[in-house]
Amino acid sequence: MDILEEGKGELLAWHDPDEQRLWVQKNKSRSLDDKRMDIKDAVSKFVKDGDYLAMGGFGHVRVSMAAIYEMIRQGKKEMTMSGKTAVHDFDVLAAAGCLSKVEVAYCFGHELRGLSPASRRAVQSGRLKVVAEISNAGFQWRYKAAAMGLPFFPARIMGGTDTFRYSSAKMVRDPFSGKPIMLLPACYPDIVFIHVHRCDKYGNCQIDGTLIEDFELARAAKRLVITTEKVVDEKVIRKEPWRTSIPFFLVDAVVEVPSGSHPGNMPTLYYSDEEHMAEWLKLTKTDEGAKQYFDKYVHSVEDFKQYLKLIGGKKKMAYLKKLEHLQVKLTAPWREK
Amino acid sequence: MTMTNKAQPTNYSTIELMACAASRLLEDNKSVFVGTGLPIIAAMLAQKSHAPGLLIVFEAGGIGPKIPTLPISVGDSRTFYKGIMANTMDYVMSTGQMGYIDYGFLGAAQIDMYGNINTTVIGPHDHPTARLPGSGGANDVGSLAWRTIVIMQQDTRKFVPKLDFLTTPGYLTGPSAREAAGLPSNTGPYRVITQLGIMGFDDETKRMKLLSTHPGVTVDQVKTATGFELLMADEITTTEAPCEKELKILKKQVDPAGLILGRK
Repeated sequence: MDILEEGKGELLAWHDPDEQRLWVQKNKSRSLDDKRMDIKDAVSKFVKDGDYLAMGGFGHVRVSMAAIYEMIRQGKKEMTMSGKTAVHDFDVLAAAGCLSKVEVAYCFGHELRGLSPASRRAVQSGRLKVVAEISNAGFQWRYKAAAMGLPFFPARIMGGTDTFRYSSAKMVRDPFSGKPIMLLPACYPDIVFIHVHRCDKYGNCQIDGTLIEDFELARAAKRLVITTEKVVDEKVIRKEPWRTSIPFFLVDAVVEVPSGSHPGNMPTLYYSDEEHMAEWLKLTKTDEGAKQYFDKYVHSVEDFKQYLKLIGGKKKMAYLKKLEHLQVKLTAPWREK
Repeated sequence: MTMTNKAQPTNYSTIELMACAASRLLEDNKSVFVGTGLPIIAAMLAQKSHAPGLLIVFEAGGIGPKIPTLPISVGDSRTFYKGIMANTMDYVMSTGQMGYIDYGFLGAAQIDMYGNINTTVIGPHDHPTARLPGSGGANDVGSLAWRTIVIMQQDTRKFVPKLDFLTTPGYLTGPSAREAAGLPSNTGPYRVITQLGIMGFDDETKRMKLLSTHPGVTVDQVKTATGFELLMADEITTTEAPCEKELKILKKQVDPAGLILGRK
């Protein structure tokens, strides 16, 4: 196959498919083991400095925030992040200095809330390097290649653009149609956290609402830690097996964290906490402000339970539940700039 | 004739006018892939007015929702509210690649005369003056939708002869360039809506062409706000102003919290 053009972005988290098969054979158990542990142990056991990290969900929707705070608490560093619609997750990790590199599909923004001061400052000052660009589908299909055990996945996107030129993709001539086609390299993140609605102690997971990229990302992950709103009995899973989107043999740890996506949205359970997001966006306009935030919400608390008390406890979560179900009016303090 | 649109008293804001102009481009019983912000507003308005059968899809996997109120994220729970399916990004992007997405709807920081857009970086990529979010799903939409609509502000810093970074493909370097780059054939930018007017693209040259100016805006104003030579349609019309019904839907149903429409 002729290579017509190659992106100059850094090729990250790619493995030869046979090497990856051997890694799976050696490291992933097919036995039903109780994988429950606390977030402290899950992070110290499975996250290493320098890892390539991807977070499940959608940046500020169904995000494993407890894992993010714990990585900061444990001072994880020099990590590379998969910027797959990375919003609050990425912004927080970048502000905390956990990241040195990022591959970007969507970063540095908070969607309607505007741009992210902390992570933009990190990249504009050179503390954080963008080592590759890609599109959202590009990322999704990098994971899909990995999830299929393939070296790459073909797609008809990114041709002729700088997004391609700064990516790790290659364009070749398709031997069937004779047309140029983009090949997206498989992406096997070292560590992935996915927050789910419920799972059993083995890690069989159900997700309500959109799966976003997680159906593929769970399989692409070398190490996968599940944080869950609730641990349920195995019977719940076996009663409706068609609802399982992540099976236990992909999962390395199960951590129960109710309200664990806060301040992000958890579809059907609670909407995003715009008051808290406004506080974050305001404080992180300066490095001192960011430090203040981390001192208050991360370093001064032991765990996610204590954090939840700080952000307004049961009363706040009850309000966010009502907001999710459209029973109260949304207010967005970040609007008042 | 010089006249600014601000001189004319109206009962609508520029952003409401843009939302209405964008909404009217969306036909009933067609599909649209929407990006964050104003594109969602336009699609919601269309669904609540002339296009109840508009199939709205979101990149995170929401398909066919009856969006109750403006989502903050294109992946949050509003994006599949009373939808027909809540699935995956792979599913939505694949349907786009198959040819099921009629309209793609995007915002942009910079655009050139071929409708190529930049949402990645201002200044050099290695040492950016301003780092922007990147492609997100924009490159995918711009690659795969039959027709792409761009909605953005118009001035000479945004309508530029050369982009700082080509994030999302328009017609690239002109006729046949998209096909040569492996993109699906017969796709590309369709309309560009700004605070000044509506632009389309010339069939032969694939260059941007002024189609209509908004009420109170002159052709000269549009030209002055464009950093490249803008082609002119044979007959340049005036954009129809928003009607009371549309304004009411926007304020009462689409964005009651004023998240976007409340911006000055």
